Amino acid sequence: MQVLIASVLQSYTGASQVEASGASLAELFDHLDARYPGLRFRVIDEQDRFRRHMRCFVNGVQKHDLRTPLSPQDEVAIIQALSGG
Amino acid sequence: MGNLALLVATRKGAWIYHSDAARREWRTDGPHFLGHIIHHLVLDPRDGRTLLAAAKTGHLGPTIFRSTDMGKSWREASRPPAFAKAPEGEQGRAVDHTFWLTPGHAGEPGVWYAGTSPQALFRSEDGGQTWEGVAGFNDNPAFQGRLGGGQDGTPDGPKLHSVIVDPRDAGHLYLGMSGGGVHESRDRGQSWAPLIEGMEVVGGFDASQWAFHDPHCLALCPSNPDRIYQQNHCGIYRIDRPSNQWHRIGRAMPAEIGDIGFPIVVHPRDDQTAWAFPMDGGDVWPRTSPGGRPAAYVTRDGGESWLRQDAGLPQEAAWWTVYRQAMANDACASVGVYVGTASGSLWMSADEGANWAMIAQHLPPVYALEVAAVG
Repeated sequence: MQVLIASVLQSYTGASQVEASGASLAELFDHLDARYPGLRFRVIDEQDRFRRHMRCFVNGVQKHDLRTPLSPQDEVAIIQALSGG
Repeated sequence: MGNLALLVATRKGAWIYHSDAARREWRTDGPHFLGHIIHHLVLDPRDGRTLLAAAKTGHLGPTIFRSTDMGKSWREASRPPAFAKAPEGEQGRAVDHTFWLTPGHAGEPGVWYAGTSPQALFRSEDGGQTWEGVAGFNDNPAFQGRLGGGQDGTPDGPKLHSVIVDPRDAGHLYLGMSGGGVHESRDRGQSWAPLIEGMEVVGGFDASQWAFHDPHCLALCPSNPDRIYQQNHCGIYRIDRPSNQWHRIGRAMPAEIGDIGFPIVVHPRDDQTAWAFPMDGGDVWPRTSPGGRPAAYVTRDGGESWLRQDAGLPQEAAWWTVYRQAMANDACASVGVYVGTASGSLWMSADEGANWAMIAQHLPPVYALEVAAVG
């Protein structure tokens, strides 16, 4: 599936969009982290919570739970919240 | 002494300033990690090449970056400091940021300690590539539930700081917590005892309870590892081990200045000499230079008396804050003393505080300074 990557993570991926797979968000992030080591922990904390200023959308709907199931045609976006300073 | 590197950690990245022992000219290298919040940038004095940076951004979680070529290239820790996953249904802790980095004992190459927010202690045995929690601290029932949450400690979270390894004994550790007092371990962190006798607390709190103490910074004297100076929320202190009693040496500071501040640094060869950089701790705690007139204060007699050192510093209208990690010193024959300000300036004195000059300005808020001997 196509995964949109926020600019803050492109030092890991080198691209704004990458191809990845997984039957759930957890598997997707495991896949991404295997290919781009360190990415997962910058987005998800050690308790499997999305970090406060990071967001994950599946087909345009925000998801909070890594157990969210995925199918190959889903579109996932990992983006930063409109916050900061 | 050969060349020096001034390692500058700021709210928006890191810089390295290079100079020779004369310290008249400084060459700028940076920014590194522009946009990252860098809480501490430390060079390993044991190998002179391993540089660790504690980093996060406003959006991304915390990590440790590591360089072995003075910042020409960086690699991320494969396992940064992180708590264990909590059992299902329990609220687990998550590291917000690594605040403090300390290289381990000279006899334990590759060992580092990290203090985090929320307050926890981590240890690496491979030069900062992987980190494990120090169970004797992080899982210690005495600390559980008493280390505060997001509402305690500094505005961006409680800090575990001032991790000190006794140069005579790798198993003898000290640390400070804001808030949470000073604690000591003699078994590499497996068990801990509070070290708070003589330390004062804010009125209305019980000084016998370590949780109410707020040490801002600890500095052990390299020339006398039994002596530690402390800048606390409630004054400047000194302790001489094996005594467990802190003495409030800040009472000798001028009354109009007081003895409140964040940082304290010590002379590398003279345990009677230490420098503080006082701030305004009045009513609503501005935490700026008292009266808008920044100055270091030095004691040459272990805290019996203090001398104001402001030559070359702004004489008025300079409302600085110098954070606890943003004061450092080198080990040159005439000791250099350095401060970084929350307003993004770097100042240094090459003559032990007698005269000050600006190295840089217009940086982001300076969070931490370290001076390292290189080559």
